[in-house]
Amino acid sequence: MEHRVSKFERFAVHLVLLLFVVIAVFPFLWLLSTSFKPPADIYTSEIHLIPQTFTLDNYKYLLNMKDNLFLKWVGNSLTIALLTTVLGVFFAATTAYALSRFNFPGKRLTGYSFFLAQMFPGAVLIVPLYNIVKNLGLLNSYTGLILAYITTALPFCVMMLKGYFDSIPIELEEAAKVDGLNTFQTFYRIVLPLALPGLAVTGFFAFITAWNEFLFALTFMNDQAAYTLPVGLRTFVFQFRTDWHFLSAGAILITLPVLLFFVVAQRWLISGLTAGGAKG
Amino acid sequence: MNLLQAIRRNKAAYFFILPAMIVMIVLVFLPLAQGVYYSFTNMDQYNMGNKFVKASYEFVGLDNYVAVFTGPGLGEFLRILKQTVIWTFTNVFFHFAIGLGLALLLNRYIKGRAVYRMLLLIPWAVPSFISAFAWRWMFNGEYGFINVMLAKFGIEGIPWLSDPVWAMTAVIITNVWLGFPFMMVTFLGGLQSIPKDLYEAAYVDGASRIQQFFSITLPQLKSTIFTATLLGVIWTFNLFAVIYLITEGGPFNSTEILVTYAYDLAFSSWRLGEATTYGTIILSLLIAFSFFYSKVMKTTENE
Repeated sequence: MEHRVSKFERFAVHLVLLLFVVIAVFPFLWLLSTSFKPPADIYTSEIHLIPQTFTLDNYKYLLNMKDNLFLKWVGNSLTIALLTTVLGVFFAATTAYALSRFNFPGKRLTGYSFFLAQMFPGAVLIVPLYNIVKNLGLLNSYTGLILAYITTALPFCVMMLKGYFDSIPIELEEAAKVDGLNTFQTFYRIVLPLALPGLAVTGFFAFITAWNEFLFALTFMNDQAAYTLPVGLRTFVFQFRTDWHFLSAGAILITLPVLLFFVVAQRWLISGLTAGGAKG
Repeated sequence: MNLLQAIRRNKAAYFFILPAMIVMIVLVFLPLAQGVYYSFTNMDQYNMGNKFVKASYEFVGLDNYVAVFTGPGLGEFLRILKQTVIWTFTNVFFHFAIGLGLALLLNRYIKGRAVYRMLLLIPWAVPSFISAFAWRWMFNGEYGFINVMLAKFGIEGIPWLSDPVWAMTAVIITNVWLGFPFMMVTFLGGLQSIPKDLYEAAYVDGASRIQQFFSITLPQLKSTIFTATLLGVIWTFNLFAVIYLITEGGPFNSTEILVTYAYDLAFSSWRLGEATTYGTIILSLLIAFSFFYSKVMKTTENE
């Protein structure tokens, strides 16, 4: 099947890929460069990707913010995203398993309701959920925001985990049944351990989705100390100016851990994504 | 009786789905019904009630819908709808074209393929709100990278975020950048699952690469393309953060799409009844779209 590929063609392919790599990487690099510059070198009409004067002041400011606000935002984001992940995966696992293995009356409807729920725009649910959370006195609380995040995390986790369970051969479970395990024991002792990688990948995506969420966080959290990172960073954006030196440093602090993890776990995450989520 | 038997035989399944179904009913389906109900009321910030004061909004029938679909409301709605359609389809078109193009390039035997793939996935790996900020900074009128660079070549800066057309261009560029990696990995997965012997047979038969692309690659990728573009349209249609973080819908509402508009109606103007009316319309549009899209896909499959 291999057509002979000319030198020119090979060169062209690399050129196109390189061009897109530059486009893909550059905005982030520019942000990185901005974060190490003093304001005088940021708000200028000179372009230096490598900072002329290298400074850590922007980072120091964030880490020593009044009331430790930045660290609080990190803490809020971490807690909320982690709890959402755990709850989402926990509630989704058994459901996804039932959808994958049983042929029960109502299965199509159940599956369809999760698929449909993935489609609901936050804009539809946000008013009623805001009302509920407000009436429960849960504005500015982790609980309120987690409740809202479950509505997106759960359908997503169910669809993705179902893909995983579908890919686990059923023979092991049949063998377990022959050995006298009931359905629940089979699930907890045999299937769950096998599905651990799948649970981890699904959890990772649930975490990232909650970590990135902006709409509900903006609406439910109006006390600065309760902000999550996306809303918190936005406090550096004012009507007529933006403190790009602080914003860029904050952005880098948040992104580096995610990016490092991504580089390490990349292969694994992609295979997880194509095995489960993308199949809807 | 068969149904009862089937239910009894699958008792375990119902235990398995019970917890999630309760959560879904309480947190998604009941609130959804409530939201649809709100769209028939005159709810606003004064009558919505709170922990201490009972809600006092009233049922107003179809008033909110009449307001959207007639008179000046209709003009506004059509304008926002047009912007939403431009936003959604331009984005998904470029996601698809760039994603498929890069996937085809990466599916060849080239040096450094793994490195290319990893670097091309960066926009997907960086948290999207960070990317939105990064691009807002690139688009900054005075000190942003793009305009400063243009100035070096003696080209006048572009009013990225203050001109209606450029602002729409800016948010679309950002979102194309954010979304192509997902399509790329999805298509790469799809390409790799096409049996190689199909191509070998075609090669023996003397099919050119363009013929192979149209007679093997595209048909084999069809279900992947269907799912990816359908999800793409739904996600993009509903995408709030990129626009809100870069332009906040401005200037002069020129980058407002239905979801951002509904949000502003709710939480800037506190016209909650009208906001949920928009919400209900959005949901109906999405359901209708996915219904017709799958119908069209099914009929072409049967041909």
